[in-house]
Amino acid sequence: MKNIALIARRELQSYLRTMSGYIIIAVVLFAVGLAFNGFAVPGTAKKSSEVLADFFTCSSVLTMVCAVFLSMRLIAEERQTGTVALLYSSPIHDYEIVLGKFVASFLFLCVFFLSTAYMPALVAVYGKVSIGHILTGYFGLMLVGATSLAIGTFGSALVRSQVLAAVLSGMMCLALTIAWLLGKVTDRPLTDIVVGLAWWGHFDPFRTGLIHLKHVAYFVLVTFLSLFAATRVLEARRWS
Amino acid sequence: MIQVEGLTKYYGERAAIRDLSFTIEKGEVIGFLGLNGAGKSTTLKVLGCVLLPTSGRVTIDGFDVTRDPHEIRKRIGFLPDTPPLYDEMTVGGYLEFVAELRGVSGSAVASRVAEVMKKTSLTDRKDELIGGLSHGFRQRVGVAQAMVHNPKLLILDEPTGGLDPVQIVEMRELIRQLKGEHTVLVSSHILGEISQICDRYLVIQQGEIIARGTETDLSGMLGNASAVELQVEGDAAKKAIDVLKAVAGVTDVTLTDATLRVVGSGELRPALVKALVAADIGVLKSDKAAARLENIFLKLTENEKTDQQRAAGATEAKS
Repeated sequence: MKNIALIARRELQSYLRTMSGYIIIAVVLFAVGLAFNGFAVPGTAKKSSEVLADFFTCSSVLTMVCAVFLSMRLIAEERQTGTVALLYSSPIHDYEIVLGKFVASFLFLCVFFLSTAYMPALVAVYGKVSIGHILTGYFGLMLVGATSLAIGTFGSALVRSQVLAAVLSGMMCLALTIAWLLGKVTDRPLTDIVVGLAWWGHFDPFRTGLIHLKHVAYFVLVTFLSLFAATRVLEARRWS
Repeated sequence: MIQVEGLTKYYGERAAIRDLSFTIEKGEVIGFLGLNGAGKSTTLKVLGCVLLPTSGRVTIDGFDVTRDPHEIRKRIGFLPDTPPLYDEMTVGGYLEFVAELRGVSGSAVASRVAEVMKKTSLTDRKDELIGGLSHGFRQRVGVAQAMVHNPKLLILDEPTGGLDPVQIVEMRELIRQLKGEHTVLVSSHILGEISQICDRYLVIQQGEIIARGTETDLSGMLGNASAVELQVEGDAAKKAIDVLKAVAGVTDVTLTDATLRVVGSGELRPALVKALVAADIGVLKSDKAAARLENIFLKLTENEKTDQQRAAGATEAKS
């Protein structure tokens, strides 16, 4: 536990002290703002809760984009600069390295969540929405963020180049997104599996203010599996 | 301290090191010599628990690298060929991080960091960002991180790489100070950089140890016990050749440029100088030549190459 906190603290410091993280958040925040203005805020009459649900829809996709770019450096950069040798030669476990990095990136992603908060606040001020709806939506966004960061950590462990890591993780996230569309053209029982794999269907209740344990379980499971895979990749690197 | 038996490491199909065996005693300073790509870094990475061996047995301080890597990691300090530094951290912050990572208890961290910074002359740079440091200072921070938890064994992979002559002297002095307190394993491909600081040397070529021993052992291995280089005053060199040839034990004297090279057995220098002075020839310089590591190393690696060429020739002839 102490080691995880140690790795996370250093990684978070690194996010806070370098520009790349802020730039990624700024760009994605700009995109969220545009999407909010373009899709969520109505030209025609619309209920406040519908505006809020649409805000969470735009934010969820862009959270995923943000997470992929934030996580690309986590392990790839350590290998690129050779600092991974420091971690490998220290008395810590590989899972502690992976978890520490994941926790740091998640905490930094929370900066992004905080900076989007003005949009639901605007909806709350000019319309009528429940705090519960807003909190549930953000809980869903956090789950999407954690899952994407975990996939990003796995992608980052696979290759030395950060750009390639982002491409790989982006493709994995895209596959989990497109699976939902794929469900429209397949027959049962394949449809159930494909639709079950897609994250989108699991996020849908959150954006309207509902929490289902089975959907929470989906995000937790994908996060766990991705982090587990990242740990195994780190272990395997010691053999090659 | 270190026992290595039959250590082999493959990268895919290619063997980086083959069947290495050696033992290192506690408190020794060992020089690990080899050209680039000879397998030095791979061996050191296995000893540093960064890589796992394909086969063979490596025990450090009684622990096995594959079974108890954590116990070993607590006892070693490792400096890879590129110092593992985070550019956005300050020197002090980085060393504190490494100390905690290597298990130094919270209360001892500050004093350990202060001590290694003093040893590596980094105290003035404590609050500077690592990214802004010159190559020499980065290398020092690299050594400091390796010793911050006061490990029993220090593994330094090319600590003198890319340093200027003054920095090399400083680095050698630093490693010399570590002697006694730690067992030190230091590698280099430039022999002059680590000569005089090591108790013993292991010469590695294409993944195999081709020679081992002290500087004297290595030169003795070549059957070239002692050669002396002399420089004499004025243009008396030609006259000096005759005088030197008459000294007991001298087998050959050659003159290249202004330097006389005397080959013979035993310690010849006192007799040679005495003879020259008796013949009224002023001696400017007298130096032991053959014991220089460069010569030994070049000869060893050359022999290895010719052997291989011969072997390759034989295989071709057979086919």
